[in-house]
Amino acid sequence: MQQKSAAPATHPIESGDGVPPVMGPGYTFRSVSEKISSITLARRTPRGWWLGFAFTFALTMMLLYTIFWLLFVGVGVWGINVPVAWGFAIINFVWWIGIGHAGTLISAILLLLHQKWRTSINRFAEAMTLFAVANAGLFPLFHMGRPWFFYWLLPYPNTMRIWPQFRSPLVWDVFAVSTYGTVSLLFWYVGMLPDLATLRDRARNRWVQIIYGIMAMGWRGSAYHWKRYEMTYLILAALATPLVLSVHTVVSFDFAVAILPGWHSTIFPPYFVAGAIYSGFAMVLVLAIPLRTFYGLQDFITLRHLQNSAKVMLATGLIVGYGYGIEAFMGFYSGSIYERFAQVNRMFGPYAGAYWALIFCNVLAIQVLWFKAVRDNPPWLFLVSLIVLVGMWLERYVIVVTSLHRDYLPSSWGNYSPTVWDWTMYLGTIGFFFALMFLFVRLLPMISISEMQALLAESKEVGEVTTEKS
Amino acid sequence: MDMNPGLYGLVAEFDDPTALVQATRSAREAGYRRMDAYAPFPIEGLPEALGFHRTKMPMLILIGGIVGALSGFALQYYCAVISYPINVAGRPLNSWPSWIPVTFELTVLIASLTAVFGLLALCGLPMPYHPLFHVPRFNRATRDAFFLCIEATDPHFERTATRDFLAGLHPREVSEVPQ
Repeated sequence: MQQKSAAPATHPIESGDGVPPVMGPGYTFRSVSEKISSITLARRTPRGWWLGFAFTFALTMMLLYTIFWLLFVGVGVWGINVPVAWGFAIINFVWWIGIGHAGTLISAILLLLHQKWRTSINRFAEAMTLFAVANAGLFPLFHMGRPWFFYWLLPYPNTMRIWPQFRSPLVWDVFAVSTYGTVSLLFWYVGMLPDLATLRDRARNRWVQIIYGIMAMGWRGSAYHWKRYEMTYLILAALATPLVLSVHTVVSFDFAVAILPGWHSTIFPPYFVAGAIYSGFAMVLVLAIPLRTFYGLQDFITLRHLQNSAKVMLATGLIVGYGYGIEAFMGFYSGSIYERFAQVNRMFGPYAGAYWALIFCNVLAIQVLWFKAVRDNPPWLFLVSLIVLVGMWLERYVIVVTSLHRDYLPSSWGNYSPTVWDWTMYLGTIGFFFALMFLFVRLLPMISISEMQALLAESKEVGEVTTEKS
Repeated sequence: MDMNPGLYGLVAEFDDPTALVQATRSAREAGYRRMDAYAPFPIEGLPEALGFHRTKMPMLILIGGIVGALSGFALQYYCAVISYPINVAGRPLNSWPSWIPVTFELTVLIASLTAVFGLLALCGLPMPYHPLFHVPRFNRATRDAFFLCIEATDPHFERTATRDFLAGLHPREVSEVPQ
């Protein structure tokens, strides 16, 4: 697959003093295209893929069984009850939605900021967004109890002669999340169109050609099409940028607009958005580190990508830490006994363990990212990312449970504990997410071929890049 | 009248993007207009070399966004003020600040849908069949080859003269594209 000609290998792209490059040296237009597409077109599926897929598929089946049981018996199989009626459903919803945000950040915001290092990780990060949003959507859907009436959330003329209450953040959420899912899908698909054409043209098997041919819609790389395409992609990025910020802002409104102590706070939108990007980058690293090793993609997903993701994680993690500080400060500074009690209860009440575990995961553990040695070390980054994912889950657990379980009236206090079905549903969605990722890396190009080629063409050494004659 | 029955055009293959841009410029200088260039990735200056300077996409998307914003707000106004007015803690029926999030989401949604479907419509996609797909080496246009096609409908097109002209641009190969 490597360049065989006698011409000197090209220099690695965008490398500076001590900074790893965004693409390894020695690639031509052809070798980039072949290296990425051959992962998809290879006849043999690696054994590791089958093992991983089988395991995550089993978890997906567990998810389906849980959903069956939930529909058969009712939401009472979960641990939710008054006063904690949100429980795992909303915790997991917010967790998954947040994870999705890094995909949009990488594909849209970093595109607008001309960050070249986004190119090799944007495709699978967008896939991550889609699958995370799909999983997130499951929770409020089944939390409704009668999910077959989900369309009552949408404004449509009906015989009940009523309309959704547009003053409610819960209705905003329906619009925000469904728009987000749709736009992420469109962005992902449009970005993939040229690569689907590459797969169509490289495939040998008739059926594979037909299937990719249908998905590629007859894309043929016309300069007219490319011009419209680039403009459209840029504007979609510009639309997705405020969208992604709005989605987690609206999610935080679900809490902040309520008058519950510990929720009713203006810091929520920025602090939720930062937390979303923080956990999303952790998931990007959790996916990227095994992928690059397993598929030998270290030249495309280089240490530079890992380092930059770690830096974004550190920066957003510090914002999240600041959010915790402000929350605690405002709890005491507010002068409201209820707010103060909510803080004390969070820190020293029945759920204190979860609170301090989250402080460890989200505030203390990430401080190791200040050290270059850690940012350069994929196994360490992987470990820190897992800790962050756990920490962000705990954060939502603490926010949802501690505020709900003890509000203004001590007579209505209660405790919450999840049931086994809460856990099977949560673990099931994790399995479903990874099962979809496994299918994605096997069936679709996980790195954008055309963008990698454009990056190659853009690099200063373009004169030395010779397309290999066949 | 069809001067070249059964012929879609002539296509020349080049090895790198710079050669393609130069060839396209020369073809335009030679007076050819009905032509298209094909590449595996967007090449700076190539659409301009073809004489394609502006796309309608931004205008389309802007219109989509405005339609989305107006219809989003109108939807909420209709629901909350006209069809189903209810008094929530004495707030005005037209409580527009709380309608901003949904208005914004619909702006983005309709603009994005317009962007994607507009792109497909302007590019004439999906188009599963295209004469160029007959050219055996054209499947490399999505990998590592660069093509310039002068179409037979161009007023200056003349089978042998155009073929000679393309051959003069030092392509790797010139082939005929059957209809």
